[in-house]
Amino acid sequence: MRYLPLTPADRAEMLGVIGAATVDDLFVDVPAEARLPGTIPGLPNHASEMAVERHMTALAARNVSAGSAPFFLGAGAYRHHVPASVDHLIQRGEFLTAYTPYQPEIAQGTLQVLFEFQTQVARLFGVEVANASMYDGSTAAWEAVAMATRVTKRKKAVLCSGLHPHYVSTIRTMARFTGDVIEWASPRLEAEPDTAGVIAAIDGETACVMVQYPDILGRVTDLAAIAEAAHAAGALLVAVVTEPVALGLLEAPGNLGADIVVGEGQSLGVGLQFGGPYLGLFGCREKFVRQMPGRLCGETVDAEGRRGYVLTLSTREQHIRREKATSNICTNAGLCALAFSIHMTLLGGEGLAKLARVNHSRARQTAERLARVPGVKVLNSAYFNEFTVILPKDARDAVRAMADRKVLGGVSLGRLYPDAPELSGGLLVTASELTTDEDIEALAAALEGVLA
Amino acid sequence: MNAPNASGWRPEMGSAQGSAQATASGDRALMLEEPLIFELGRPGTCGVDIDDAALEPLPALGRFLRKDAPALPGLSEPETVRHYTRLSRQNYAIDLGPFPLGSCTMKHNPRLNEKVARLPGFADVHPLAPQQTVEGALEVINQLSHWLIELTGMHGVAMSPKAGAHGELCGVLCIKAALEARGEDRKVMLVPESAHGTNPATAAFAGFSIENIPATADGRVDLAALEARLGPDVAGVMITNPNTCGLFERDMKKIADAVHAVGGYVYCDGANFNAIVGKVRPGDLGIDAMHINLHKTFSTPHGGGGPGSGPVVLSEALSPFGPLPFTTRTADGSVRLVEEENAVAEHPQAFGRMAAFHGQMGMFTRALAYILSHGADGLKQVAEDAVLNANYVLRSLEADLDAPFGHAGSCMHEALFSDAGLAEGFSTLDIAKGLIDEGFHPMTVYFPLVVHGAMLVEPTETESKAGLDRFIGSLRSLAQRAKAGDESLKSAPHFAPRRRLDETQAARKPVLAWKGDAA
Repeated sequence: MRYLPLTPADRAEMLGVIGAATVDDLFVDVPAEARLPGTIPGLPNHASEMAVERHMTALAARNVSAGSAPFFLGAGAYRHHVPASVDHLIQRGEFLTAYTPYQPEIAQGTLQVLFEFQTQVARLFGVEVANASMYDGSTAAWEAVAMATRVTKRKKAVLCSGLHPHYVSTIRTMARFTGDVIEWASPRLEAEPDTAGVIAAIDGETACVMVQYPDILGRVTDLAAIAEAAHAAGALLVAVVTEPVALGLLEAPGNLGADIVVGEGQSLGVGLQFGGPYLGLFGCREKFVRQMPGRLCGETVDAEGRRGYVLTLSTREQHIRREKATSNICTNAGLCALAFSIHMTLLGGEGLAKLARVNHSRARQTAERLARVPGVKVLNSAYFNEFTVILPKDARDAVRAMADRKVLGGVSLGRLYPDAPELSGGLLVTASELTTDEDIEALAAALEGVLA
Repeated sequence: MNAPNASGWRPEMGSAQGSAQATASGDRALMLEEPLIFELGRPGTCGVDIDDAALEPLPALGRFLRKDAPALPGLSEPETVRHYTRLSRQNYAIDLGPFPLGSCTMKHNPRLNEKVARLPGFADVHPLAPQQTVEGALEVINQLSHWLIELTGMHGVAMSPKAGAHGELCGVLCIKAALEARGEDRKVMLVPESAHGTNPATAAFAGFSIENIPATADGRVDLAALEARLGPDVAGVMITNPNTCGLFERDMKKIADAVHAVGGYVYCDGANFNAIVGKVRPGDLGIDAMHINLHKTFSTPHGGGGPGSGPVVLSEALSPFGPLPFTTRTADGSVRLVEEENAVAEHPQAFGRMAAFHGQMGMFTRALAYILSHGADGLKQVAEDAVLNANYVLRSLEADLDAPFGHAGSCMHEALFSDAGLAEGFSTLDIAKGLIDEGFHPMTVYFPLVVHGAMLVEPTETESKAGLDRFIGSLRSLAQRAKAGDESLKSAPHFAPRRRLDETQAARKPVLAWKGDAA
């Protein structure tokens, strides 16, 4: 049992100090009928590192990793090249095995990272402040709805039809219990998002309008027009960014009038990981900061006047406010925030802009090639690195058939919207700096094959 | 009396910073100061070579184009590696020494788990990849689900919650959904005074009103007071077991039976499951829902504040309401997802979705590797050694520090002390900051709220006896200094990268982002 340092002699000596005959005497408060006789049924006894590694490696081998096939999936989880130094640095034990920085004098490393991260996120989003992270983009989105209802003291949220359906589902789940009113309809297969429809849904009861940017179909919404309408009605505009690399090329939502900007930070530094752990990003205007959920790191000085960092404004939080807290969140996504921050530091603003241009170029090349596949139509007029194509058959079947040909060809709208048969021909295709000319040709050939 | 401490420092030596000759750099040998990236970086610098062969003329994004690149300086790779490495050295971590935070459970993080989580077959797999290409990933989720159910004696498990508090919310929403399905609108959630702050915050978010249950003199839920409050308006009770005083709730089964008798449900905060894993199954105690912090009991790294992972095990009564998605093993032995596509047929009463995708897969692989490494005999030993270590700390220090429940018997995985007996003007905070100078991370302080100046010490099973003896020696020395009125303790820490930080100023004039380049 390699993780347990006590020897039998240690245990005997310690029991002597305690004054107990056996270790079971220490479990005397557990009623006899609640004690498990023997061990957990079916679970083998301890195993060597080699044996466990063999078991896990065999399981991993039953997955097709994204790097082993032409890969075009997105829909809220994006694959980018992560520099080797990112994973090396986050595996330093001082970062990896630290706890939440409750003792700031010996946690300045984590705290300064969080301060830098908050600044990076705020600047990327075009808002004044950002918090120290949320669980992921979807939970950040429902926390944004909850925050908007606190700020405006209204109960209705208008979600744009292009919001990721898992995010919609998460928000609706919470609204079911909080009594908030959620307006949402599944998207239509049109080249442009329905900006007029969103604006028409805003009224005097609306706490916030939530717009994904770019949206689930890869389209880019005119945030400024919606911001104007929302503000005229006393509502907040919440922008949701599921692919932060897009902000290397697209104007920051905060600069277009968004009051709260949330997002999924996974695409920088974190990786795909079959959906988690990911990284919730949360920024807002400074005037709303006391209604913000989650931890915040702030600058201060120590007893000798030296600059230092602490967790602050904790009177919003559950460990102080208990049932009056702005959120129940405690643990967040610190290590993923570190990975994001390192990757962003390596890129810098100019590097991010260049990376974004390469992504967009690759997506254009992919779209242009797919448009030449008989029966395939590209839906979007504008997009960043993800766009929608319409197939003449159910895209779910096409995705499975392409996988049989060793091509991971995209995400079918049928999987995301099983209740909307009119979307079943839609396929989301994402390209990135990792996409090669050969990948694009392989995708086109696979699509031609499965549509033939 | 100003006794020198173990490291030889004496108050008249002044602070570490002020006592020695200043250096031109501001650094002191391996004590390194580090500026912010915004002060180090230069606009236009990039530490990544981006292949621009594919670059095309600027796209038809027209009015959506960003006017200026984000105002974020970049660093070259060597500068980046150095920046974060220097910062890392200002952190305490479990790799450096014990992290005795009671109820937070910081134990050794095995590196095998890091290795397997990074296998491309797990780390580089898309959550929406066709199921035929992710059989191994679904198998991991299903195997972990199976062992979590077996270890807890429960009926089902929701794997998607992202951390403990998210799991609490999941469990409480299951209770709410079950009540709704019965057509009942019960308003009250009972929460003991010693509960984690997340418990009342969670119940309040779900729309319940919170009523506190008092504790008995021996640090446990007052069963009589609880029974007196039960009625048709009570949705349930949220109990931590073992509780945050480090004690097993002896009456857990009676509490559960009483709550069930009035139609309520029992939520158990599983933060302290590490004390009983392999020894006691919560399902045998009448629990309806319990979250498991994989980063506590099953050793996934906490990373300076997350990620966590909070699967929720559910009783037969609550399982039908668990959120999407989850995995199921079919008759042919294969594993597949139950998600929106097939939920109407297979899991129609799901209360919804807690988050996008399928949960904290990176934590699942680590936790499964940990469970298989320890196995049935090892997990039982984990609980026994954790409890043994805590009792050793309790009995070794009860002559030096007040142990409010020490007379009532043994503790479970954590030892609780109070500030009673310290000299006038000395507090728990002074002991905690003194521990920093001793080279240790402090214990949990001022929690639970039911004990004045609480100090909650959780050594975990991964500390050696020699390591515990060093820690006990330091804590004893600090207790003696605080009792003797050693003023130097009040300005500790003296040797950390920073002295006590001004938290009042941080909150009064919040500076939450760098603005050094503002015009």
